[in-house]
Amino acid sequence: MEIFWFIIIAIVLVVFFVLDGYDFGAGIIHLFFAKTEKDKEVITKSAGLFWDSNEVWLVAAGGMLFMAFPTFYASVFSGFYLPLIIVLWLIIFRAIGLEFRGQFDYQMWKDIWDKAFGVSSLLLALFFGIALGNIVRGVNLGGVENGVSIYEGHYFFLPLWSSNFSPLSESPGVIDWFTIIIGLITLVTLAIHGANWIILKTNASINNQLKTVIFRLNIALTVLTIFSLIVWQTINPSSLDNFSKTPYLIVFPMIYISGLVGLFFIKKLKKDIYGFICSSLLILGGISSSLASIFPAMLPSNNTINESLTIYNTSTSEYGLSVALNWGIIGFILLFVYMIIQKRLMGGKIDHMDYGH
Amino acid sequence: MEDMIFYDRLQFAFTITFHYIFPQLTMGLSLIIVYFKGKYLIKKVEKYNDIAKFLMKIFAVNFTMGVITGIPMEFQFGTNWAKFSELTGSIIGQTLAMEGMFSFFLESSFLALFIFGEKLMGQKLHFLTGFLVFLGSWGSGWFILATNAWMQHPVGYEILDNGKFVLENFSALFTNPWLLPAFLHNQFASVVTSSFVVASIGAFYILRNKNLEYGKLLLKTGIVFGLISSILLAFPTGDWNAKNVAKYQPASFAAMEGIFETEEAGAEIVLIGQPNMVEKKLDNKIAVPNVLSFLTYQKWDKQIPGMDKFEKEELPDNIPALYYSYHIMVGLGTIFIGVMALAVFFLWRRKLFNMKPLLWIIMFLVPFPYIANITGWYVAELGRQPYLVYGLLKTSEGISPTVSSGNTLFTLLGFVAIYLLLGLLFLILVGKTIHQGPKPETH
Repeated sequence: MEIFWFIIIAIVLVVFFVLDGYDFGAGIIHLFFAKTEKDKEVITKSAGLFWDSNEVWLVAAGGMLFMAFPTFYASVFSGFYLPLIIVLWLIIFRAIGLEFRGQFDYQMWKDIWDKAFGVSSLLLALFFGIALGNIVRGVNLGGVENGVSIYEGHYFFLPLWSSNFSPLSESPGVIDWFTIIIGLITLVTLAIHGANWIILKTNASINNQLKTVIFRLNIALTVLTIFSLIVWQTINPSSLDNFSKTPYLIVFPMIYISGLVGLFFIKKLKKDIYGFICSSLLILGGISSSLASIFPAMLPSNNTINESLTIYNTSTSEYGLSVALNWGIIGFILLFVYMIIQKRLMGGKIDHMDYGH
Repeated sequence: MEDMIFYDRLQFAFTITFHYIFPQLTMGLSLIIVYFKGKYLIKKVEKYNDIAKFLMKIFAVNFTMGVITGIPMEFQFGTNWAKFSELTGSIIGQTLAMEGMFSFFLESSFLALFIFGEKLMGQKLHFLTGFLVFLGSWGSGWFILATNAWMQHPVGYEILDNGKFVLENFSALFTNPWLLPAFLHNQFASVVTSSFVVASIGAFYILRNKNLEYGKLLLKTGIVFGLISSILLAFPTGDWNAKNVAKYQPASFAAMEGIFETEEAGAEIVLIGQPNMVEKKLDNKIAVPNVLSFLTYQKWDKQIPGMDKFEKEELPDNIPALYYSYHIMVGLGTIFIGVMALAVFFLWRRKLFNMKPLLWIIMFLVPFPYIANITGWYVAELGRQPYLVYGLLKTSEGISPTVSSGNTLFTLLGFVAIYLLLGLLFLILVGKTIHQGPKPETH
């Protein structure tokens, strides 16, 4: 039952990153590549119309995590206090940028909020990646100092960074050179994803140029991915044990690789949607491989005194999980119905649509 | 430790107060939108449809604000109230997760369809999407109130040896005797806010002599909805809630009513007075003898325990704030009934649209239902103190053990700054929509 809910939450999280990821990505692309007013407008619109319904998935993921793994929720949210609140501010600030932009027809005004939108999207992508890096790397659970826990074993508190930015120190901070690498991978992935979204959803003049951009970013991503694996394998030689123990887990990295390979053919792909699917595979493969590598832990412990937080020692009662399964199934069926209705009515390029705004 | 609790509470109070500006409008407004859309289906007069779409634009702005200020609420359970989340997550996690699953998805999916899909799906389906938005937003209220009801009056749980609350009976969460009255009271309060907003926009158009036809319709509908909902707010739902507090949280009841000393022959109802915590009495009191006993138990001489009957640890920790919140809420509620009754009376006599002073009053009354709603929630939350889960888990036991007060103060200041910007944006967006008016654009 724990595994079941773990998978459900992972899926909801992946959906969140596939959906909100494209509007983060659109922001990043917007920051660096949108030059004409028409492009800027249509790109902000391609994010602006959808971001709030995408972020509902974050709320859903949070709620389910809270329900199924309350101890994990409590530990991780308080332990990553500062980065999480900063992410909240960025989410709000980005929304302000998106909504403020069109309010006054005044170039300087638009420029300010364009930058706000772009920079906060970029930082969000980076921070989410850093968060993933932290989950994989693990934390100093219990806040162990000199062999003694200063908190209860499942609590911790991470500073934003420690003085040497090293993942190898006794209590590493949120930002260290390993998590930065994962942050950059996420940044590049979401930039690719956003570019695919813009190509799919708009007739921006830069769409052809964006395919070249995707191609180049994909090279960077390949290099970064290999680099991060080597680094991680060096620091933590047992990091890939799960894949050798349970070979079918290899399917997750394979998903990632297929996305990566697919994107090298971006210019030859017949339909725009294929590109978007490839970058969605990157997100799916990236998140699922990371989670699979630490399973059944959800947050590994970096010390030997306190045990890692796993899906078993942080979950709610069996009764709670099975009751939730009953309503969960009904809920997902309903959700599936809404999505079909929505997709049927809101597909296609947004430039041609009368959206009533 | 003390200042850790203080800043955690202050940050939660600040962010939830700001957040609740938005849902209290959307819940009530969705009902009024469904009403206008339904009326259009029956009467086929375009202006009803124009107004439904116009109000949905205001709804959409509020919904967006609600989503982005709502995410911090959910996060704070974990960030600032980790111990509370760990201990009670098995129970309140259920209702909070259900809110996301059943309400948010419904509301956000069909809101988009309502706004963008009218031409594609025809009028009947368009009405249906509006109705589903209404269902989603009220469902959200239901699950949040179920969560809060459990904290006010815990049911269906079992406490393990390690102090964790685990769910024992799922359906008990929804048959909680605290839930239904609190839910109805909250929803009618939300209808009051949106009725006042609708009436106020109407009064504004009439006074400016602009969009007259729409203005009259908005005003008319606003005051009729306003009168009905503000009456239902006081009776039966307000009454019902007060009786629940008297029954389940007698210490809070004494504090909110300002009864310092027990009166053997029946309790008086306090209309005005300032709590004097040093001498344990009310200064400048105006009160009517025995009425409180009658209202609460329908017996003039029924004894109601005053604050003197309780240990200090059982009493709420901020009695004046609780007392004022309660009296502000009740006072404003009474004024709302009066003003709305007057407006409906003049509407019936066909004089309302020419009564400038009354229109001005209606227009400027708009912040007050917000104040009443928020003070109403303060009554619930301050009244529950010093507990998070009434009688079982103290507020001081719920905070995150690892987050220092310095960090919380830092994030509180950040929230203040960013919400200031957000509030400004909100005013611009709503102001522009109202300025534009319900008239369909002609291209």
